[in-house]
Amino acid sequence: MNSWIDAVLVLITLTSLVLLGASRLGTTIRMVALQGVLLSPLPLLLAGDAGITLRAAGLAVATVLIKGIGFPWLMDRAVRGGSLRRELDPRLGYNASLLAGVLLLAVAFLLSSRLPLPPGEGTPLVLPAALFNILAGMFVIASRRQAITQVLGYLVLENGIYVFGVGIASHQPLLVELGILLDVFAAVFVMGIVIFHMGRELDHIDTGRMTLLNDWEKE
Amino acid sequence: MIGALIIVPALAGALCFGLRNNRARRALLVAAAVAHAALAAAAWRGSPEPTLYDWLALDDLGRLFLGITSLLFLVAAVYAVGYLAREKDRAAGDRGEDFLFRNIPEAVFTGCLLLFLSAMTLVITSRHLGLLWAGVEATTLASAPLIHFHRHRRSLEATWKYLVLCSLGIAVALLGSFFLSVALRETSSSSSLVLDDLLRRAPAADVPWLRAAFICLLVGYGTKMGLAPLHSWLPDAHSEAPSVVSALLSGALLNCAFLAILRVLQVCLAAGQGEFAREMLLWFGLFSMATAAVFLVRQPDYKRLLAYSSVEHMGILAVGVGLGGLGNYGALLHAVSHSLTKGMLFLVAGNILTAYQTKAAGGVRGLLRGLPASGILWTAGLFAIAGSPPFGTFLSEFTLVRAALEQGRPLVAGAMLLLLAVIFAGMSRTMLAMAHGEAATKHPAEPFLAVAPPAVLAMLALLLGLFIPPPLETTLRLAARALGVPS
Repeated sequence: MNSWIDAVLVLITLTSLVLLGASRLGTTIRMVALQGVLLSPLPLLLAGDAGITLRAAGLAVATVLIKGIGFPWLMDRAVRGGSLRRELDPRLGYNASLLAGVLLLAVAFLLSSRLPLPPGEGTPLVLPAALFNILAGMFVIASRRQAITQVLGYLVLENGIYVFGVGIASHQPLLVELGILLDVFAAVFVMGIVIFHMGRELDHIDTGRMTLLNDWEKE
Repeated sequence: MIGALIIVPALAGALCFGLRNNRARRALLVAAAVAHAALAAAAWRGSPEPTLYDWLALDDLGRLFLGITSLLFLVAAVYAVGYLAREKDRAAGDRGEDFLFRNIPEAVFTGCLLLFLSAMTLVITSRHLGLLWAGVEATTLASAPLIHFHRHRRSLEATWKYLVLCSLGIAVALLGSFFLSVALRETSSSSSLVLDDLLRRAPAADVPWLRAAFICLLVGYGTKMGLAPLHSWLPDAHSEAPSVVSALLSGALLNCAFLAILRVLQVCLAAGQGEFAREMLLWFGLFSMATAAVFLVRQPDYKRLLAYSSVEHMGILAVGVGLGGLGNYGALLHAVSHSLTKGMLFLVAGNILTAYQTKAAGGVRGLLRGLPASGILWTAGLFAIAGSPPFGTFLSEFTLVRAALEQGRPLVAGAMLLLLAVIFAGMSRTMLAMAHGEAATKHPAEPFLAVAPPAVLAMLALLLGLFIPPPLETTLRLAARALGVPS
């Protein structure tokens, strides 16, 4: 069972790395979708000896529906609907981003070595994989200009937290998990609406050009 | 009863989306606010039963914050009725930019306002840290459309910053909540996030995980609370939102985030990690005060001025609980008086904005003559927010400085006094210049609904400085005790 979990975690880490180096918006969205699908078997695999419960199965289905299909569909619509440039224009180049990704991976392993896991919780890879996704998501939000890519970064970050939540803190009542999933869904939905307004009213969704509100340049 | 506190505004909010008549919707807004206040008052008198597997309950801390939120919302709702009537079909041009803006539909505004109240009540009453998290996230989502009210390109920018930064913060807080459940696991198979369980298990906490959890939660909820350097969404959102929303953001929402941090502090105290947690809060607080001071001096936009003042006051709250002991009491008292005062100031700022059509402090002169009622309130508000006697803020800030001195930390006390003096000088320069001078144009008399709500808040802020009502005093003492026994 553990080898399957590790395989999934490694694949998730790889998708994040590909995403960091991806230059096309389409690739980025596809990687986020792939991550969503990869995440879904985790609750089932981590159920372990207790066998597959209804709760784990429900969570897996909800994950595929929301993270694997729902979000990518929303993002894809936003890309097609708006007059967005398909090519991204990051603050940091793609190769540099990929390099930063490798560094972040090292940081994730370093951090997890400082936080020893209790015995019998998940596998040793859960914590570094989760932390790496969280850091990669933050990096994408900070280093990309376009609003839509920032939302995608937020999703990667959220996936990292999900890995940790399912993998280690896996004994919360279902209600909480569902609430969290729904909250994230609503957040992305609202962000999608704002992006729609931006496309219509500003003719761009480039957050780097959002400089009306600033304390530094006024005098 | 606790269920009703959350459900009533939520249902009323949902109903608002369906109603077609503006008058009916405004009446519903006020009715729901009154109902919420009545329920909150009843909850103050009695001790309501916990509901939903004990996930929802009202302790002394919750009671205090519920009172502030409900009162402020009621006042803001009354103000909003007048505000919406004035905004209706106003094709207002923004001076200096020939850009007309159309407000979002009133149904969305009123509905989101009520959903926002419901989400804040959920945060306050929640005993389950997962549910609390969901509540804080819900407040972000419900208030985002409110900030976008004017549909101006600047409000869009502010909304985007607010959404992204707060979502990022809240994601870190979620991670922190998970860390907490790892730090306080009972056996390998159960780890509940109900506060009472956490407090019970706290003495056996896994210290590295607990510290990591506290840092994540402080950063996460601190973003929402507006602690520097995580505050950058706050001036934008507060200055671009309609004034009635700014009043609620500053007076109620920031407090809710503060309460979330206090919940985590309670767990750290029970685990014997109080010193670590308090020290972090203290430094965050002092840094927030210093940052606010830098941006307050010569701030050209009076709504941003008030927003930075909120950053300052959140810093004061953090310093207060960071000191502990007497500081707890001071911080909680300060939370109450700050909410009243800042709510009042933002409502008055709304009146000024309506009359002068500009947010630039340089464009506003002669308030005392042009808009006598707002002018007087504005001047009184300056002294109240700066913590001069006889207002409530003086009492609480004095208590905090005394707490710092009693604990043998004269440097903290000195830094606080210095920063408060700088901020007072910076704010009074801008705000007094607005109040005095000749009024350039004649303004019509202000409507009753625009003046009465801030006047009520000003009265309460003044009352708090002269006499703290016994029920409030009792609640403050009990709530302060929940954050550690006074030394």
